[in-house]
Amino acid sequence: MRSAKTLVFCLCLVPALVLVWDSVTGGLSVNPIEDITHRTGDWALRFVMLTLAVTPFRWLSGWNEVIRYRRMLGLFTFWYASLHFSTYIVFDHFFDIRSIADDVIERKYVTAGFLGFVLMLPLAVTSTQGWIRRLGKQWSVLHRLIYVTAVAGVVHFLWLVKLETSEPLVYAAVLSGLFLVRVVRRKLMRAVGHQVSRGKTSATF
Amino acid sequence: MLIKQAPDILSSQITPENLYWNRRSFIRAASGAALGIAGTATFGGTAGDLLAAPQSDLTDLRQSQFSTADAPNSYDEITSYNNFYEFGLQKEDPKRYADELSIEPWSVRVEGHMNKPAANYTLEDILAPHPLEERIYRLRCVEAWSMVVPWVGFPLGDLLKRFEPTSRAKFVKFETLVRPAEFRGQRARNLQYPYVEGLRMDEAMNPLAILSVGLYGKTLLNQNGAPIRLVVPWKYGFKSIKSIVKIEFVEEEPRNTWNIMIPNEYGFYANVNPEVDHPRWSQASERRIGEFFRQRTQMFNGYGYQVASMYDGMDLAERY
Repeated sequence: MRSAKTLVFCLCLVPALVLVWDSVTGGLSVNPIEDITHRTGDWALRFVMLTLAVTPFRWLSGWNEVIRYRRMLGLFTFWYASLHFSTYIVFDHFFDIRSIADDVIERKYVTAGFLGFVLMLPLAVTSTQGWIRRLGKQWSVLHRLIYVTAVAGVVHFLWLVKLETSEPLVYAAVLSGLFLVRVVRRKLMRAVGHQVSRGKTSATF
Repeated sequence: MLIKQAPDILSSQITPENLYWNRRSFIRAASGAALGIAGTATFGGTAGDLLAAPQSDLTDLRQSQFSTADAPNSYDEITSYNNFYEFGLQKEDPKRYADELSIEPWSVRVEGHMNKPAANYTLEDILAPHPLEERIYRLRCVEAWSMVVPWVGFPLGDLLKRFEPTSRAKFVKFETLVRPAEFRGQRARNLQYPYVEGLRMDEAMNPLAILSVGLYGKTLLNQNGAPIRLVVPWKYGFKSIKSIVKIEFVEEEPRNTWNIMIPNEYGFYANVNPEVDHPRWSQASERRIGEFFRQRTQMFNGYGYQVASMYDGMDLAERY
C-alpha cells in the first residue's frame, strides 16, 4: 500500500519534472514563460479532473481503496495551481501588485482563475487528519468548494482563448460528465432509498 | 542585458560601391525576369532564381533611417514562434508545417480603382524596380509579446504608385493565398478565409509601411509569410498580412479577418496603443521574446514620430 502510494506520488511529479527537463535542455519555445504558464495551468486542470474522478471511479469500479489517493491528487492540483499562480505573479508581473490587482478586477478570465485558486487555499489547509477530525461533518461541506474551483478553472481557460475553444471545451465536457455521474447516482439513490423506506425492495447499492 | 546595436555601424553601409553594384545586379536580374526572359537568363541569376531557393541570400541591402537600434531577435526566434493560422493555431505550427506550402510560381493580382490594367503580376514583375533595403523594426503582437525583426523589403507606397490609384481609391485591401490543399489551417477552417487585411490610403503610403521579401538578409521562409508580406510596424502584428496574392484599391473600408471573427476585440485600425486595452488583457506592457521581464508598450509601438499625425482628431479608443 505504502509503495503504491509512493509510486502514485512520483507519477504526479512527472509533469513537473518534464517541465524542468525541457526548461534546462531548451525544449521550450522562445517564449518559455508562456510555456511554463500554460503547462502548469493545464496540469492543474487535469489534476482537478482526476481528483473529482476518484469518487465516481470508486462507485463504478467498486474499488474502495482508490479513495486513499484522493487527498494526494487534490494536493497536487493545488501544487500545480500554485506553480501556475506564482509564474503569473513572479514572471509575468514581477510582484507588481497594482497591475495584478487591475488584472484580477478587470480581466474576467483572471478573475475566474484567481477565484478558483483562492478557494483552494482553505481546502489545502484543512486537508490534514487533524482538521478532518476537528471539522467533522462541516469538512465535507467545506470541501464541496472543489466543485466551484473546477468550474472556475474551466471558465478561466474558456475565457482566455480566442477562437480555439476545443481544448477548454474538452475540459468542460469531462467536468460535466463528472457532475452528471454524481447527479444520476443521487437520483438513483433517492429512488432506491424511497423504495426501501416503503419496504418494497431491499437496497442493493 | 540588452546589447544595443547601433544601425550606423553595419558593414554594408561602409561599402557603398559594393552595395551599389550588387544592388544593380539584383535589379537587372529582376528586370530581366519581368521582361519575360527568365528562362533565358542573360546576366547570370534572375530574381526568379534568387527566390526559388528556400534560403537565398539578399546581399548588400540599403540601410534605413527608420531602423531601430534595439537588438534584433535571433533568426531562430523569428522563424520558430509565429502566428500564421493558415498553418495551425499553435506558435510552433507554422514552422512545423511550412514545407507543406509551395510558393513557386507566385503572382499577385492587382486590381480596383487604378489607371493601370488589373492583372495577375508575377512576383518578378512586382519586385523588379524596387531596390531592397533592411528595415529593423519592432513587431508588437496583439497578444502582448514583441520581437525585433531585421526585415528586407521596400516601401509599399512605391509599389502602389506604379499602378496609379485613382481618387476613388481610399483604402488598399490585401488577401492571403487560399490553398487548403497546402494550408492545413484552411482545411480545418480555423478562420474565415481568405485572410483579409487593409490600410487607409495614407497609411499605405506612409514610408514606414513596407512589403517584405526577406529577413536577416535571407529570403522569407514560409512560416514568416513567403514570398511577400506586409509589415506595418506601428500596428499590431495581425495587420501585417502574409503570403499576399491580391492587392485591391477600394473605396470602402474593407472588413479585415480578425474584425470579422471577433469585432469587439479587433478593429480595422489596430494601432499599437498602451492606453486602449484588449477586452481580455492589458496592452500597457509586453514581453520582448528572449527577455525576462515585461517592458512598457509605446504608443504606436514607438513610431508615433512618423505616423501619429495621420490620426489627429481621431478617437483611438473608438477606432481601435
